[in-house]
Amino acid sequence: MHNEHSDTHFQSRIDNGEHIEAKDYMPEGYRKHLIRQMSQHAHSEVIGMQPEGNWITRAPSLRAKQILLAKIQDEGGHGLYLYSAVETLGVSRAELIEQLQTGKAKYSSIFNYPALNWADIGAIGWLVDGAAIVNQVSLQRTSYGPYSRAMVRICKEESFHQRQGYEIMTTMMRGTKDQQAMAQDAMNRWWWPSLMMFGPHDSDSPRSGDAVKWKIKRETNDELRQKFIDKTIPQAELIGLTIPDKNFKLDEKTGHYTLSPINWEEFHRVVSGHGPCNKQRLDHHIKYHQEGAWVREAAEAYKLKTAKKELVTA
Amino acid sequence: MTTKDATYNYAIRLGDNALILGHRLSELCSRGPILEEDLALTNVALDMIGRAQALLKYAAELEGKGHTEDDIAYRRAEINYHNHLLIEQPNGDFAHTIARQLYLSVFEYLFFTELEKSKDATLAAIASKTIKEVKYHMQHAIDWTLRLGDGTVESHKRMQKGLNDLYMYTGELFEMDHIDTYLLHQHIAVDTLSLKAKWQSEIEKVLTEATLSLPEDTYMQTGSKKGVHTENLGHILSEMQYLQRAYPDAKW
Ligand SMILES: [Fe+2]
Ligand SMILES: [Fe+2]
Ligand SMILES: [Fe+2]
Repeated sequence: MHNEHSDTHFQSRIDNGEHIEAKDYMPEGYRKHLIRQMSQHAHSEVIGMQPEGNWITRAPSLRAKQILLAKIQDEGGHGLYLYSAVETLGVSRAELIEQLQTGKAKYSSIFNYPALNWADIGAIGWLVDGAAIVNQVSLQRTSYGPYSRAMVRICKEESFHQRQGYEIMTTMMRGTKDQQAMAQDAMNRWWWPSLMMFGPHDSDSPRSGDAVKWKIKRETNDELRQKFIDKTIPQAELIGLTIPDKNFKLDEKTGHYTLSPINWEEFHRVVSGHGPCNKQRLDHHIKYHQEGAWVREAAEAYKLKTAKKELVTA
Repeated sequence: MTTKDATYNYAIRLGDNALILGHRLSELCSRGPILEEDLALTNVALDMIGRAQALLKYAAELEGKGHTEDDIAYRRAEINYHNHLLIEQPNGDFAHTIARQLYLSVFEYLFFTELEKSKDATLAAIASKTIKEVKYHMQHAIDWTLRLGDGTVESHKRMQKGLNDLYMYTGELFEMDHIDTYLLHQHIAVDTLSLKAKWQSEIEKVLTEATLSLPEDTYMQTGSKKGVHTENLGHILSEMQYLQRAYPDAKW
């Protein structure tokens, strides 16, 4: 009954608000849940480089180009940092990438939407990073130490991205008619998918139970979504963007906004692989991963050769 | 020709080199052979765009027509662009990209070490900031040249091909025209001709260690100082300048 004892002990550590570290005992379910969630997060950072990368060469000013390049570089860095954090749980990056490419692991469905005009770069920063932050701020208090620390570090950069995205939207709403139309078009396309980023309603979210008990998840999908909505609607209104929802209103009693129902049919369709860019994103990842194989092999061969040379001369 | 005009042209050339290389390298975003490398190349691209901004801003000041660095970058036609032909060449495979980086970064290291001594204070200041970045770019290119050259049979073959294919564009790096000579006399410009031997021996040293060889002498392509480019530049500019050209009244 040693294992049972450990599980009890583990749960009491969680209940006491302690961090679990890589070498500590953890139930298999806890480890599995973390691997799934953290690798999904890492993959999202990496796949997210594609829609934003789509605009670097067309960025309309040298300043905008630098901000976008730096942002994408941050996201790649988050990916690396998160992959290392998952590796503490005993899975290699190569395995994680294989899971991504075979569809066994997911990434955030938001990146299965296309970045079609320059304002999309604003909308992604403002809405997508904005939604990610709400989730990640909450995850700073998650029970797994390496994940929690990764979130603390990542959150600082994400809030920077959110502000830069909002700045693009603001500039475009103050700009010409064409620019305003681009901004509104981006808003119309990214608003609902960004609300879907928080996942299904709590009532339809099967995995929440354990994740809450283990304090991996500190707030529910609906709580986090509501925070995002309440924070974002006034920002949209401030710069003259229309919320693409005829029924949204502020409930004076609760201080929260209420919206039309989310189109969960679309959410499930995109998650299950039929969004506008699912195939493109994965194909892209696989293509360049395969094209890079000879480079990785060369680096490995060179490393072995130089190690051997050092052995001989030592 | 006044010193101001000549320096304007000089700043444009250097700015264009940085801008177009930044463009080429940023095309590789999300296409690296490994995530670390994706970030490394994006990092070089970022340095390049930063350098381009500083140089084109200076050019705009010298021009004195109230233009910004963005006007200069986004509203000029091909013929008024003066980046080296080597820089606008497509990325090709990773070995090709590294070959371009090797040729250029070794050149830039030598170049900016000299430009740091320029009597033009702005160029000297930009050069001394650039040197720190270029050291890293050069080390990155050398490390990969060694890995690819002395890695596998395939990587060796690809690396040698990249070096061979691009060699004909390296002669231009050392060309001196009347603007260079004029500014050299005023201790503003770099005597690039004097860098050639050093460049060649540095490159040879790296290639020897990498079990690669310096390509055979060949006819060296030329034209960028006169605004005559390869077909590549037009495509780069039509992509890069698209928003500024399509919405000329917009501010971004
Ligand atoms: Fe993100
Ligand atoms: Fe991120
Ligand atoms: Fe971000």
